[in-house]
Amino acid sequence: MDPVTALLVTVVTAATPLLFAAVGELVVERSGVLNLGVEGMMLAGAVTGFAVTLTTGSGTIGIIAAAFAGAAMALVFGFLTLTLLANQVATGLALTIFGVGLSALVGSGFVGTPLPRLPRLVLPGLTDLPVVGPLLFGHDVLVYMAVLLTLAVAWFLARSRAGMILRAVGENHEAAHGLGYPVIRIRYLAVLFGGLAAGLGGAFLSLAYTPMWIEQMTAGRGWIALALVVFAAWRPLRVLVGAYLFGGVTILQLHAQGLGLFAVPSQVLSMLPYLATIVVLVVISVGPWKGRLQAPACLGRPFHPTH
Amino acid sequence: MTPRLTRRHLLGTAASGAALLTAPRLGRTQMDKVRAGFVYVGPIGDHGWTYRHNVGRLDLEAALGDKVETTFVENVAEGPDAERVIRQLATGNDIVYTTSFGFMNPTVRVARQFPAVKFEHCTGYQTTENLAVYNARFYEGRAVIGTIAGHMSKSGVVGYIGSFPIPEVVMGINAFQIAMRKVRPDCEVRVVWVNSWYDPGKEADAARTLIDQGADIISQHTDSPAPLQVAEERGVLGFGQASDMTAFAPTAQLTAIVDNWGPHYIQRTQAVLDGTWATQNVWHGLKDGEVEIAPYNPSVPADVIEAAEAVRLGIIDGRVHPFAGPIRNQAGEVVVAEGATLSDEDLLKMDWYVEGVQA
Repeated sequence: MDPVTALLVTVVTAATPLLFAAVGELVVERSGVLNLGVEGMMLAGAVTGFAVTLTTGSGTIGIIAAAFAGAAMALVFGFLTLTLLANQVATGLALTIFGVGLSALVGSGFVGTPLPRLPRLVLPGLTDLPVVGPLLFGHDVLVYMAVLLTLAVAWFLARSRAGMILRAVGENHEAAHGLGYPVIRIRYLAVLFGGLAAGLGGAFLSLAYTPMWIEQMTAGRGWIALALVVFAAWRPLRVLVGAYLFGGVTILQLHAQGLGLFAVPSQVLSMLPYLATIVVLVVISVGPWKGRLQAPACLGRPFHPTH
Repeated sequence: MTPRLTRRHLLGTAASGAALLTAPRLGRTQMDKVRAGFVYVGPIGDHGWTYRHNVGRLDLEAALGDKVETTFVENVAEGPDAERVIRQLATGNDIVYTTSFGFMNPTVRVARQFPAVKFEHCTGYQTTENLAVYNARFYEGRAVIGTIAGHMSKSGVVGYIGSFPIPEVVMGINAFQIAMRKVRPDCEVRVVWVNSWYDPGKEADAARTLIDQGADIISQHTDSPAPLQVAEERGVLGFGQASDMTAFAPTAQLTAIVDNWGPHYIQRTQAVLDGTWATQNVWHGLKDGEVEIAPYNPSVPADVIEAAEAVRLGIIDGRVHPFAGPIRNQAGEVVVAEGATLSDEDLLKMDWYVEGVQA
């Protein structure tokens, strides 16, 4: 493998957990709910995926269990914020802290246990092609799932009726309610989807990226995913680009260090996702894009059908 | 049974806990039972730094049996909160071990307020009447693995994953490279910093990067087994860090530098029990068993093991010093003359690299 292909292959791996978590959170936010518990849900997915795969010996069952674990965490969040109308920001933060502790507890017996890698998708002939072979056909199954999920979400939000209803709920929940749409039920489904996707992102970490379980192994990726949603101005295809961009910057910076190239301090590059997010926030609040690229109008606002 | 406390647990039960804890005992006299508290910077499940300190604590419990009672608080951030946690432990223990550099100032402050309690701070440099410091000479282990790398590398390029460019890490890189160049004068060490002690994903990415750039051996000064796992997958070699990581890389791990805090904890806690504890500043290494070399991989040839053992045993009996001159810096200038060695003081503020390090 030549160096450029090697670099691109690594970028794809680095981007995948971000993509899963971000596309899930995007759907949640488009429905008008802000769930800051992404990191906690990813950890729940990571530990569950690892534990189940190890005990059952099946990666498929592990991945499904991880998705359910993420969704279970999301259900707790949904119950607190949608049914009991608790503050979304505080509940989301609590969910992250809870996820850190719970995953550590569940995973305490699995520290130091290795896991065989997931079988890779190997297409005879195709994987051996130069450049595109390893780049397109040599990855773990979850890499393709992340991309397909993002494309499906893009289609769902832009083209499907259900997607338009979800967006309507996020933009103006009172109007949606007035039209007879079940706002709370739709938001529950969105929140559950967010948890499911975060769980898959976590499973990718503990099953494919670094096949092991260690406490807090997400190391802040849930927060980058949250930033990514804003960076992408709540558009799925931009999330796809953003995830590969953020992943790419990280990997490129490691390569540059190894080759002794340009000397941008690595701390600066670690800040980049957040700096980019702030820039996007400023741009969409003042620039000529104002009004075109904005957050869902009801983002973070609780809804209660009082009238 | 050891009460497993978490920081949040402590936060929640601070009030009730304070009532349960009994008053500190006075030292200098023999005691029937000693209570030891440990403050950890990370989770005990990190399989690295904190994990090894906790193994040391368990060794202490096993050695002293019912004469010791231990408590630990994990995941304590190196911030203002640390002082409160240390003070809390000081109210119920005879000796408190604080196991991260960033705990130094809070430990000094709490030690002043609790003159009857003994404190031991890991990797720091401030001592008082009731505050001792301890550290391990990990660089001695790096001289051993550097020797192995010199024999085993085919490409002559070794990848080194660094956490932060602090003296502790810099001296490790240099000790490794000096030992490797003694075997193979043309080799180079490529350092990639991940700016974290602990980010498995990023450590793995750094390992992939270095391997893609031609490194055929991966060494690390970060805490997770992720780089070794990548080495195993890519068919290159590597060394474990802090623990024996054979399980993650049965063919790739040539050996590992293992932190062994047990003997220190046993000796010092026993001293409190005997009433003989006194402040000190110790920096133990291979000789005292605080730094250990894990069993060599069966794939390591006999002559390489022999060379590695010569360095290990040489350091133990004092014939070999990892920082013996002549040592050249990156520019090729001799900074340590033939016959001279670097002092501990020089090592503890090391901020330059030796020849052949690319960082």
